[in-house]
Amino acid sequence: MTLGVIGKKLGMTQIFDENGLAIPVTVIKVDDIVVTQVKTVETDGYNAIQVGTVSAKEKHLTKAQLGHFKKNNLENYRHLQEFRVDNPSDYKVGDKIELSVLDNVEKVDVTGKSIGKGFQGTVKRWNFGRGPMGHGSKNHREPGSIGAGTTPSRVIKGKRMAGNMGNERVTITKLKLVKVDAEKNLVLIKGSVPGCEGRLVTIVPTRTKWN
Amino acid sequence: MNPIIDELEKTYMEKELPDVNPGDTVKVFVRIIEGNKERTQAFEGTIIKKHGEGINKTITVRKVFQGVGVERVFLMHSPRIEKITLLRRGDVRRSKLYYLRERSGKATRIKEKIEKR
Repeated sequence: MTLGVIGKKLGMTQIFDENGLAIPVTVIKVDDIVVTQVKTVETDGYNAIQVGTVSAKEKHLTKAQLGHFKKNNLENYRHLQEFRVDNPSDYKVGDKIELSVLDNVEKVDVTGKSIGKGFQGTVKRWNFGRGPMGHGSKNHREPGSIGAGTTPSRVIKGKRMAGNMGNERVTITKLKLVKVDAEKNLVLIKGSVPGCEGRLVTIVPTRTKWN
Repeated sequence: MNPIIDELEKTYMEKELPDVNPGDTVKVFVRIIEGNKERTQAFEGTIIKKHGEGINKTITVRKVFQGVGVERVFLMHSPRIEKITLLRRGDVRRSKLYYLRERSGKATRIKEKIEKR
């Protein structure tokens, strides 16, 4: 994973580009991002930096978390996350990750937790077709057959059924980065990103090689 | 709406918008880019609908061209719109004039609004 930024999704709007066309954008506000731990192959088995964002009150954290911040005289952060990096020696605990990591970046991958839909049936969750609503039919939104009988006498693993939908980690790749406002700490991304307003999303330069 | 988004939208918004309402006859001057050249095209008609607020504010303008009804939706704050001139104020009793779509000729006339002194 390459280094990126973490921000709060504020909502969507539209802006005009230089040709006067309206572009739908998602506005993401990036808070201070501070390196809280540096992990190397020697000590941890892999190279990464741990960063913290969104400052927190003491009462919201556990003693273990507070100790982790106190050890390095850091502020308290609510959200901790790791980014894999090639040279962890470039970073020191207490360094700030600036928005300049998105300089000269055209497309980004955005990761977030999708909006929870609750327990949903197969029609909504897996786009199954539904049965006839009338003409004596009682098979309206049923899943239908879930497999053969005596052989194999079980339901195969991964069979699409009803269950909890949404509220899971989703990555959308190759979204166009419209604008980075370093002064106001805003990132504008074309189109929609996963999650509801107020949730944290991770923005990294796209890792997709193909177009 | 989030105050930060509000502020962001304001930087893209026109300072002054013409005061136009459904029923008014307007002429909208639109910048059109053809290849490298840019020219202005006018679209004249009756406003049948206002929609949205803020940067997403639009008007729908309807005219009948060669017997065919033509409706165009314009983003009021778009830099593509050079100006909107008001030709005639209409006196109408509803905010959406969809009933004009079913009428033709004389029946589409709209009473002119006379300002009170």
